Amino acid sequence: MLETLFPNVDWPAMWEATLETIYMTAVSTLFTFIIGLVLGVVLFLTAPNQLWANKVVNWLSGAFVNIFRSIPFIILIILLIPFTKFLIGSIRGPNAALPALIIGAAPFYARMVLIALKEIDKGVIEAARSMGATTWTIIRKVLLPESKPALISGITVTAIALVGYTAMAGIIGAGGLGTLAFLDGFQRSREDVTLVSTILILVIVFAVQFVGDFLTSRSDKR
Amino acid sequence: MIELKGLTKVFDTGKARLTAVDHVDLRVPAGEIFGIIGYSGAGKSTLIRLLNGLEKPSEGSVEINGQNITAISGPKLRKARQKVSMIFQHFNLLWSRTVRENIEFPLEIAGVGKEERRKRSAELIELVGLEGRETAYPAQLSGGQKQRVGIARALANDPEVLLCDEATSALDPQTTDAILDLLVDINKRLGLTIVLITHEMHVIRKICHRVAVMEGGRVVELGEVLHVFQHPKENITKRFVAQVTETEDSAETVRHLREQYPEGQLVKLIFVGDQAEQPILTQLIREYQVEVNIVHGNISHTQRGAYGTLILQLKGTADEIAKALAFLGAHDVQTEVMGNA
Repeated sequence: MLETLFPNVDWPAMWEATLETIYMTAVSTLFTFIIGLVLGVVLFLTAPNQLWANKVVNWLSGAFVNIFRSIPFIILIILLIPFTKFLIGSIRGPNAALPALIIGAAPFYARMVLIALKEIDKGVIEAARSMGATTWTIIRKVLLPESKPALISGITVTAIALVGYTAMAGIIGAGGLGTLAFLDGFQRSREDVTLVSTILILVIVFAVQFVGDFLTSRSDKR
Repeated sequence: MIELKGLTKVFDTGKARLTAVDHVDLRVPAGEIFGIIGYSGAGKSTLIRLLNGLEKPSEGSVEINGQNITAISGPKLRKARQKVSMIFQHFNLLWSRTVRENIEFPLEIAGVGKEERRKRSAELIELVGLEGRETAYPAQLSGGQKQRVGIARALANDPEVLLCDEATSALDPQTTDAILDLLVDINKRLGLTIVLITHEMHVIRKICHRVAVMEGGRVVELGEVLHVFQHPKENITKRFVAQVTETEDSAETVRHLREQYPEGQLVKLIFVGDQAEQPILTQLIREYQVEVNIVHGNISHTQRGAYGTLILQLKGTADEIAKALAFLGAHDVQTEVMGNA
């Protein structure tokens, strides 16, 4: 039945492309989470009147975040070609998409981390200081646990944006469902391939959203 | 013992300089419950934060049990803070942690092992009366219960000093009294020195031994709570005292009472400390030819004895009334004639 509905779909290739998309999304989400978290915490703590108040570091990290958040993703990929070549050794395939995905998404997530941390009651941080906590303890045991639901919902939104970014990266040859939909589907006028690729991308997005929502509500004890 | 010398804190906001605390000198002996009262903006919040180094003074020093808090920083200051703990108006609990985990938080900071933490938190939960709520999250607790967690958390590392930052201001009157009773109990049982700031005279009256009144960053009046209640000097102190004694002093009330009791003489008696518990009135009625009618009464119990006022209508000959008043004077009861009918 699938053959009559989608005559042009090469199912093994479609499956491989799905795995590539999941791979790119998972790896880039992981690195985005780590880098975005560090950047967000630095942005928060170096702000005026905070524990590491430091104008220079705050300005530099703020500038970095704002610049990379503002560059359209498709342009960022092109700008990063030399960097990617140096790092990965190639500009084709799923791994070659990772630097651009991470550098594009991490500043976006860092902003969300900053917003999440600003929501924490200042009194709780003061209480931890009054108990003799070090800044490191405050980060680990106050800032991160107290903002956990917002951090999880933020990475969910970011991961979904990353699924979209992988499709864009696909157009310039990163592989995955984006490549399949564009090169195999659009350019060779095989609408059924484009349609199936789109459905699979939607399934991935819904799965990410579902898991994210579940983890967010489970971590929220307020 | 806590000793503040010339303690001053100036906030420089770039445009303006604000002196929040202005050359404050205080000594609080070990084991005392010391209250600081003032309206918002009087500098009491800043003052209490200078005591555990959350704020650094612009001038002066804070010494707690011989250690100069203002001169230390880094690991030494963090160590010292474990012995000078604090409770807050809005409790400041971690909502992501259960009651037990909140209480164990300062123990984790102090590097206490897991088993020892569990044992200690169980003791503290019992001390503050929260048995059965160990695994509840703060969101599931009432305000009074949250403050009990705050107190247990503050006691975890066996502090020498407990700082209370408007600890009952967010609670209803009944809960306030229960929390204040708990603080007195802790003070007696553990010999803890308590410094509290508040804008409610009720809190001072109920649990403090001595009180400092703050206005504009300065301590304008200082003394035993009972003494300050009896002889408030500054206007601001009089206003605070009126918060709890009230009514009978206002001109309006006096006029109203005179209208209501036109005969005889209205006399206000002020009892302090032990006299409040002696049967002076019984003696008065037995020994003098006066008719006594109680018009208004009010008694406040403080940590160092009771303080009360009583308004009496005395009927009889001028001579007998004079003798009765002399009798009261001889028993150290302050009398104040409020006017003849």
